[in-house]
Amino acid sequence: MASPALRYLLYRSLRAGLTAFAVVSLVFVLIRAVPGDPVDAMLGEQASPEDRVAVRKALHLDEALPAQYARFLGDVADGTLGRSFRAPDTSVRSLIEEAFPPTVELSAWALVIAWLVAIPLGVLAAAKRGTHIDRVASFFALSGLALPTIWLGPLLVLLFGVKLRWLPLPGDDPSAPAALVLPAITIGLALAAGLTRQTRAAMLEVLAQPYIAAARARGVTRTRVFFQHALRNAMLPVLTLGAAQLGALLSGAVIAEKIFERPGLGTLFLEGFFARDIPVVQGVVLLVGIIYVAVNVALDLTYALVDPRVRLS
Amino acid sequence: MKKLLRSPSAWVCLLFLLIASVGPWLVSKSPEAIDLAHAFELPSRAHWLGTADNGVDLASALVHGARLAAIISLSVVTVSLTLGGVLGALAGMRGGRLETSVMALCDLLQAFPAVLLNIALLSVVARPSVEHVVLSLSVSGWVLYARLARAEVLSLREREFVVAARALGATETRVLFRHLIPNLFGPLLVQATTGFGGVILMEATLSFLGLGPARAVSWGALLDQGSSVLLRFPHVALMSGFAIACVVLGFNLAGDVVREALDPRLRGRR
Repeated sequence: MASPALRYLLYRSLRAGLTAFAVVSLVFVLIRAVPGDPVDAMLGEQASPEDRVAVRKALHLDEALPAQYARFLGDVADGTLGRSFRAPDTSVRSLIEEAFPPTVELSAWALVIAWLVAIPLGVLAAAKRGTHIDRVASFFALSGLALPTIWLGPLLVLLFGVKLRWLPLPGDDPSAPAALVLPAITIGLALAAGLTRQTRAAMLEVLAQPYIAAARARGVTRTRVFFQHALRNAMLPVLTLGAAQLGALLSGAVIAEKIFERPGLGTLFLEGFFARDIPVVQGVVLLVGIIYVAVNVALDLTYALVDPRVRLS
Repeated sequence: MKKLLRSPSAWVCLLFLLIASVGPWLVSKSPEAIDLAHAFELPSRAHWLGTADNGVDLASALVHGARLAAIISLSVVTVSLTLGGVLGALAGMRGGRLETSVMALCDLLQAFPAVLLNIALLSVVARPSVEHVVLSLSVSGWVLYARLARAEVLSLREREFVVAARALGATETRVLFRHLIPNLFGPLLVQATTGFGGVILMEATLSFLGLGPARAVSWGALLDQGSSVLLRFPHVALMSGFAIACVVLGFNLAGDVVREALDPRLRGRR
């Protein structure tokens, strides 16, 4: 009775769920293979053996791996995601809930900047192929790719924070709206670079198709061909990049949060990693895995809506 | 080839490889020589790019960093290209269960932001060595080549010359080696050229986050060091970041040049 679209959605969600589960299980195993001892990281090397045993027991690190895995699945199932090793009274879920909004805010602004810059620029470059405009756009795209986030961040701080004193420095109150500007630009420009190239390439690809020439031959105006025939078809590969960019966006957030000393998922993840706070690292990994597969499912459905050639199966 | 030699980006790449291979013999100072009295100095006659933390000569640190970046990127690209190319081509050719599992593995590895995946992988060792970093970057790196090779094979498989070869009775192996793989070289080469830049960037990022190869001079680690003293001694961050940016940009541009040199449809249309 279920419509093909609904069946497809169910199938994709199931597969996506399995992927997320596989990622998390993989990480569970990998993290436990770390030679560093979380107990050492927490108590320091000088802790007495009795303390170590006590802490190990309290954190259930003395249990066998399958038992730990079962406990972990239980924590996922009840939604707490376990408790932080560093603060046993705090559930990982509450830590993530605290760190999530700043990262989402930052990522959203970065995306807005990226799309606003990249799509017009890519389309313009394709339209004016071979001219100076094209070269400028291509150069921008490439410098954006080459200017590493890890360098662009400090450069922006140096220019707008130190020289011009327009915007706050890293470490200043991160909740002020002005503190969001530089990190968002840092991530946004890196994303815009790839997106500009992709938009330009996709437009050129479509413009070289016979049906474009045919439309021109039938007397359709250049502008109309460009926007109605070409742009629509070119958006499909650009959409694909949207999913690939989610990774870049989250990686960018980790880096930007470090450079600009902002709270967020990246900071939580890195801190958790260096302190060997296993539940925190697992929790962030799980969250990122779920976000990623959810976006991919949504993207596949968008595909089917945008492109009539794509059949749901 | 002519086109390659006429592009400045190719020269940047060559210069980088040259510095990486012979540079360490040309700089007299060791990147590990500590001189606490001269930490974070501006460029001078003794240190023509200035000094970094502990009075290390920045110029020689950058040259040794170039060598590390070259070693890591060459190894990672070679491993990923071979592994990804073969797996992807086989997946596209055979289809079925092999294709499903290779693609599922790709999905799994790509289900993760590259930086986070590498952090998770590197967390397996307490103090990562160069080999660990190469391994970790290759584990995530082959996916791109595999996807590309598979996609190319899928489209080549249906092309007239392949269908014709099959109709003439060519075996699967012959089709794969004589008809498909030669046609894969172009796209994979373009991907590999850009890939160099990608690997250098990722290595720098990991080192910047404090997860790079321990006990090695890395551009990313220098940049991290420079960023922490950005307000007082900006030259360290400026110069190490500039080195990363130039080389990554060079390889990215060179990728485009290679693409245009290989694709007759694009030739001469720029």
